[in-house]
Amino acid sequence: MSTLAEVNPAAVLSNDEILRYSRHLIMPEVGMEGQQKLKAAKVLCIGAGGLGSPLALYLTAAGVGTLGIVDFDVVDYTNLQRQIIHTTNDVGRKKLDSAAEKLKAINPFLNLHTFETKLTSTNALELFREFDIVADGTDNFPTRYLVNDACVLTGKPNVYGSIFRFEGQASVFATEDGPCYRCLYPEPPPPGLVPSCAEGGVLGILPGLVGVIQATETIKLILGQGDPLVGRLLLVDALGMKFRELKLRKNPDCPVCGTHRTIAGLIDYDQFCGIRGQEEPAGNDIPAISVEDLKRKLDAKADVFILDVREPHEYQICNLNGYLIPVGDLPKRVSELDSSREIVAHCKMGGRSAKAVNFLRRAGFTKVYNLTGGITAWAERIDTKMPKY
Amino acid sequence: MPQIQIPSPLRQYSGKQASINVAASTVGEALADLVTRHPDLKRHLYTEDGKLRSFVNVYVNDEDMRYLQKEGTAVQDGDTISIVPSIAGGIF
Repeated sequence: MSTLAEVNPAAVLSNDEILRYSRHLIMPEVGMEGQQKLKAAKVLCIGAGGLGSPLALYLTAAGVGTLGIVDFDVVDYTNLQRQIIHTTNDVGRKKLDSAAEKLKAINPFLNLHTFETKLTSTNALELFREFDIVADGTDNFPTRYLVNDACVLTGKPNVYGSIFRFEGQASVFATEDGPCYRCLYPEPPPPGLVPSCAEGGVLGILPGLVGVIQATETIKLILGQGDPLVGRLLLVDALGMKFRELKLRKNPDCPVCGTHRTIAGLIDYDQFCGIRGQEEPAGNDIPAISVEDLKRKLDAKADVFILDVREPHEYQICNLNGYLIPVGDLPKRVSELDSSREIVAHCKMGGRSAKAVNFLRRAGFTKVYNLTGGITAWAERIDTKMPKY
Repeated sequence: MPQIQIPSPLRQYSGKQASINVAASTVGEALADLVTRHPDLKRHLYTEDGKLRSFVNVYVNDEDMRYLQKEGTAVQDGDTISIVPSIAGGIF
């Protein structure tokens, strides 16, 4: 790859390193020359989460000499199901500290640079210039477009991975002649048309599968071996255990890498993608009730009908004994509800139930309220024994 | 019949089906048949003025239809039409 340095004479291996990388050195595709390329290479990982865990672990073990990690997050319990670089004891620690400890333990020869910051339009170009390859492990739209554009503008290959539930995508973007992410998707989906937390979730092994594919591609780029995933989009279906491949082409009309470029610098990616939270916040005009007020009404045996608009698998985790109609089924099941009763609708956080209240109000229900903060607020403030998810 | 592959984020609008056989001789007809059978998919695939959304890519076998004859691309028995939306597992 033209972007990668020729073997750096400073990357001579010590005897300890030669022993450590023995299984690489006896393979002609790597050998001493390849191992020195790995040692001379500088890879920047964006994120130390689901994809970043296997990426950083394997790149470190393989002998990549310089690894940068950008992250500003703290380990929490919900990370542990898939972010295998962090352990139970790390909950509450900075992900960078937790990751650095594991990586140094795996390979003390690693030259690790941690950047405790959010990757932004103001710091990305400067940061990327110090590295040879960028591996994007963040998996949200604003950062993905930012990483893509910054890679194109600095001429660094972008090793891409993305996951959703039990499906993944991987490719290598922004090489000299290859397509970039914008050639594939010129624009992000508008908020509201992408799956919300109601349909979210990810199988814990999936970032492992996809992150290891990213690590493999990164190492191939460094070695200059094999066929990189350039101009190809790999689709991974873990449930069917099927791997498919689609052809990607460099789009001559691409706004960032095409022949008539319209994007010459980084933009505001939150604005470009339309910021969205975990769920859309409830509108101010939607009648609401607090968890405390609901508790008082229930204790007073008031006639309140609790409508749970989450999915059945969420109901199994915890519930308020409500009547379950998933928000998507509400239009066709509205006849099951009695408009003369007072109805309190809830979901996990209050976003879906706000939509439900809005829908029911328009359908003529007048005594329907949104439970502010959802069942999560109930678990935090009323019944602290209730599990949160 | 050509078969349309539905990606998991859109399966909630396709009666949970992962693949659907359609009666069609072009990609455009195939997608039209699909949204007739599953009307909830329509707003996820098309804009209000009836154009395919820009973040939805459609492939015939392994080729992007944008580089074939777009919605006029001929399809026949055994062809696989894949809808490939951009995905992101992370929350901001």
